[in-house]
Amino acid sequence: MTPSTLPVQKDPFSSRKPRVAVLKLASCDGCQLAFLGLGERLLELAAAVEFVHFAEMGPLGPLTDLDITFIEGSLSTREDLETVRSVRKESRYLVTIGACATSGGIQALRNLTSGESLSGIYPSPGFIDFLDRSTPVASEIPVDLELWGCPVTGEQILGALRSLLFGTTPPVEHDKVCLECKRRAIACVTVTMGVPCLGPVTLTGCGALCPSFNRGCYGCFGPSENPETSSLARKFAGLGLPPDEIARRFLFINSNAGPFREEGERWRGDHSHER
Amino acid sequence: MTDESGRFLERERFSVLFDLLRERGYHLVGPRIRDGAIVYGELPGPEDLPVGVRDLQGPGSYRLAPGDSGRHFAWANGPQALKPLLFSPRETLWDSRREADGSLSFSTPDTPSRPLAVIGVRACDLSALELQDRHFGKAPFPDPFYAARRRDLFLVAVDCSHPAETCFCASTGDGPDARSGFDLALGEIDEGFLVRPGSVKGRDLLRDLPLSSSDPVMEETLSNQTERARIFQQRTLPSQNLRGALAGRPDHPHWNSLATRCLSCGNCTSVCPTCFCFSEHEDPSLDGLSSQHVRQWDSCFTPGHSYIHPAPLRGETRFRYRQWLTHKLDYWHDQYGRSGCVGCGRCVSWCPVGIDFTADLPILLEEPDGR
Repeated sequence: MTPSTLPVQKDPFSSRKPRVAVLKLASCDGCQLAFLGLGERLLELAAAVEFVHFAEMGPLGPLTDLDITFIEGSLSTREDLETVRSVRKESRYLVTIGACATSGGIQALRNLTSGESLSGIYPSPGFIDFLDRSTPVASEIPVDLELWGCPVTGEQILGALRSLLFGTTPPVEHDKVCLECKRRAIACVTVTMGVPCLGPVTLTGCGALCPSFNRGCYGCFGPSENPETSSLARKFAGLGLPPDEIARRFLFINSNAGPFREEGERWRGDHSHER
Repeated sequence: MTDESGRFLERERFSVLFDLLRERGYHLVGPRIRDGAIVYGELPGPEDLPVGVRDLQGPGSYRLAPGDSGRHFAWANGPQALKPLLFSPRETLWDSRREADGSLSFSTPDTPSRPLAVIGVRACDLSALELQDRHFGKAPFPDPFYAARRRDLFLVAVDCSHPAETCFCASTGDGPDARSGFDLALGEIDEGFLVRPGSVKGRDLLRDLPLSSSDPVMEETLSNQTERARIFQQRTLPSQNLRGALAGRPDHPHWNSLATRCLSCGNCTSVCPTCFCFSEHEDPSLDGLSSQHVRQWDSCFTPGHSYIHPAPLRGETRFRYRQWLTHKLDYWHDQYGRSGCVGCGRCVSWCPVGIDFTADLPILLEEPDGR
């Protein structure tokens, strides 16, 4: 396939190959691997777009004049703030990928502590200009599309890219993990084993990965639409989880995402729920 | 050896039924144990059935435990009905291609052609199948994918002898014994099976089974067993036709009470053997030259189900739960001439928070002020 066969001709981009950047902030690089894990389809993708900046893959060109920018990682240092402000100005479309960029990630757990605790981790924390809180990219700049997940999947990346290249609105996932479990004929781990599972309040996109291995959902893909966290938390209590443990279920990978944070905070250090 | 008037199949000869179905070209599917539940899977022979197992079900709970018999069907049901075998959870309806001259061409994937025989179908699921048939088979546009799977289906039913605590098929009139819609039905007693045909195909196969005469004691044992299965069921639906009863109470305060428990997760609708909602989307290739049009199970608990530009009409859980129950029990009558509930109890067992609508329904049917 050559780029000229792409139906991109009359679309938002000019005749040149769309310039794509994959930018990394505070993160583990796992979401960048979602690109690399595409296998042959990555070659197809590389033929269709120009990766001008993609650290995990190699290119480290300047972040200027970009058609699509993917951002992995949360805003964790002052430098991150400057980077995203600048890259926003240079990007036609800006897409966050993963829990870190979209909600603040697991490192947002530090938002729940007093800042001093971090000084115990690094021997010379003075060299790191970190912010008090780890926050999502959208807290600083406008974001066009957010892809949840820890990590995101290749399918999500391709889905977003396809839509943006075609000039159509990217599909947004609304379904909960439960629906995917049932479509895949996975027996509910809560009902069959009493395992606390965040599936009923979490967006699908992972293909119900953990329940397919008899594990409860960890909420990697963030709060679903209409998440009934209170009822689920009461169910966890009914399964015998103490309040702090219930809080930890919600305050984990997406601890900074509104509905999870609020439910977690309700149970954190709170023993009034005990029966 | 085969007795012309016989209908008793010794347990030791149960495997002959499997062999005969295979000889006739059927692919065998039946209940298997997987991940702590009884689910449909490939079924090579009787020894692969959940022999000697019991299911302990309650609101929001399903556990398998050792049973007290060597029977093959001494359990009630698992999370699936026949639904996923006919109405696929996800399938491609058509492929589209952009041709070299810029035109578009469309093609439909081959419909499944291998005939399926399902062993161990329960009465509730046969009733549900009849409802799904009416929905997906509706003229003038019957669903070709459903129809292709349905056409050659061979159904071996089993009378329910061990209903779960969550079952209430007796009160909906759908069970516990299989009455219609099957090719062969088995009544299981300790010694084996009393077999009866329900179709021409079934009668034809019955002739080749090594049957012997049943004796009156066997017949009585089976009929007593069915009666016990009926009496065992404690949950009920009101015997009255609920048409108009729920739709007439959209503002009943108990809908709000239900909403404080409901997760809006769609587990109930997914396990419901009669729920038929689906969504469709395009899955285009990266080069934009081809696309698959995919259908997958949807639920009235998703925002997309009631999305009408620019927002879902039923944004809140209380509206979604109300929609589900009101459709299922009330205006389903207008659509299909009966309630959409067949009393299988799956929505009770497989609700993660254990909502039992048979307990909530009497409250909803009372006037809010208790009159």
